Amino acid sequence: MSTLALAMRDSSTMVRRQLKRLIRYPSMTVQLIITPVILLLLFVYVFGGTLGAGLGGGRHVYVNYVVPGILLMAAATAATGTAVMVATDMTEGIIARFRTMRISRASVLTGHVVGSVVQQLVGMAVLIGIALAIGFRPNATAVEWLAAIGMLTLFVVAITWLAVALGLKSSTPEAASNAPMPLVVLPFLGSGFVPTDSMPTAIRWFAEYQPFTPIMETVRGLLLGTPIGHSAAIAAAWCVGIAAVSYLWAKKTFNKA
Amino acid sequence: MTNLAIAANGLRKSYGDKVVLDGVDLAVPEGTIFSLLGPNGAGKTTTVQILSTLIRADGGTVQVAGHDLARRPDDVRGAIGVTGQYSAVDKLLTGEENLLLMADLKHLSRRDGKRKAAELLDRFDLVDAARKPASTYSGGMQRRLDLAMTLVGDPRLIFLDEPTTGLDPRSRRSMWQIVRELVTAGVTIFLTTQYLEEADELADRIALLDHGRLIAEGTAEELKRLIPGGHIELTFAGTHLLEAARHLVEAGVPDPEALTLQVPSDGSVRSIRELLALLDDHSIDVAEMSVHTPDLDDVFLTLTGQQKETVR
Repeated sequence: MSTLALAMRDSSTMVRRQLKRLIRYPSMTVQLIITPVILLLLFVYVFGGTLGAGLGGGRHVYVNYVVPGILLMAAATAATGTAVMVATDMTEGIIARFRTMRISRASVLTGHVVGSVVQQLVGMAVLIGIALAIGFRPNATAVEWLAAIGMLTLFVVAITWLAVALGLKSSTPEAASNAPMPLVVLPFLGSGFVPTDSMPTAIRWFAEYQPFTPIMETVRGLLLGTPIGHSAAIAAAWCVGIAAVSYLWAKKTFNKA
Repeated sequence: MTNLAIAANGLRKSYGDKVVLDGVDLAVPEGTIFSLLGPNGAGKTTTVQILSTLIRADGGTVQVAGHDLARRPDDVRGAIGVTGQYSAVDKLLTGEENLLLMADLKHLSRRDGKRKAAELLDRFDLVDAARKPASTYSGGMQRRLDLAMTLVGDPRLIFLDEPTTGLDPRSRRSMWQIVRELVTAGVTIFLTTQYLEEADELADRIALLDHGRLIAEGTAEELKRLIPGGHIELTFAGTHLLEAARHLVEAGVPDPEALTLQVPSDGSVRSIRELLALLDDHSIDVAEMSVHTPDLDDVFLTLTGQQKETVR
């Protein structure tokens, strides 16, 4: 078999390992699904009336506005879980065993990434289902839905590679749980929960140029028909950039350790 | 000359100022058990980590299973199996799943993998626990699963880093039995241990590692003869024989009550034959005779003690 074929085979073995682990240890997945659901309900039913009024409507307007932000926040929260899982895995003897075997080294990391991406997409599906149940009314066509799912998947892949790199870089699982913290705040400091033009200049400047905003604007535009402009291209560039840099960083860190 | 499974020359490793390995030479013939013996912090685990491609040496040349360690680490990885000090099993997976994971990573076909897993579960007495997560296993069971996982790819050279540390005596015995069976099948074992008894029990050759240097190497018997403390104990039928023998063998220490004479000796066959011939020439009958060689404990304590004194 060629090197590439072997790498693919090892990676699929590692993906199976990771999926089995996720099923065997469901509390993490459940927590990662429930946290954003609670936030969604909180923002819609507690803050939604007032914030929706600010958008020139009410609660039903705000549900539509907030869903993309919550989706990205769910991914950011899940990244914390991934970082912890990777850091914990590295402290186990099994990783030392993998390193002494003739296998593709990146396959260990690929297993984590694919496992986490699947986990997050399941979480997002649940979240969208609940959002639809409480009044989320997207007007997207099938193609737009696919594009939105594609955008979200790209984002999830990028943020998961970043989480894997952060997890590898952390000396302990505890440290790993802190590293991705800023990611959870980014949807707030962007167009996730309120439009950026309501913010003071300095924060607005940051909000408009940080990566989460164009991604949220793209998803919002695809699902709800708001203007997208250059957001899609910028969002894709951010995701590909973050994914590539994080992949190389993670691979280097893993090989060095 | 037999082929060497491991040939290392001038192995060096330091972490910052701390020298962990200071020029270690190793020659391990194929199909033998070689034991690296030393106290905690002597550099045993570092040696295994280097030889098993986990970390790189700072200096020295090493051939493992016929492959150059620095240039062809992947070929080395293909030939070795490692069972470390900390159990290298996936605790969330079952015993069977762990073995099948190894079979997949060794690129066995599904059918061969299943057959191998079933065979190893049976051989390591894990059939009843096969479908339970490894986290529920006892220490001895985890260690057995760990070794079983190492054996999935039929490695020719196996590193066992303190394989029985923390195990109860019964589990330790069963681990020893497994190791002996492996060597019978032609596998080479590189074993580290801090238990002298274990090295004595299993190893063909033993090297003593202390402060990153090999301070002695040889068979257990050779090592025991390296240091003073061995003696031959002669028991006589009566006091007059004991007295006669004492006059004849000047260095002897008599015990009139037990009617014994302790004669210092390296325990070699030649020295025993000479002593018995001498007594025979003078018609002194010996009722009983026993040879006492020092155990490895004595060797180790003496040699590491000397080493410390010369260093300081």
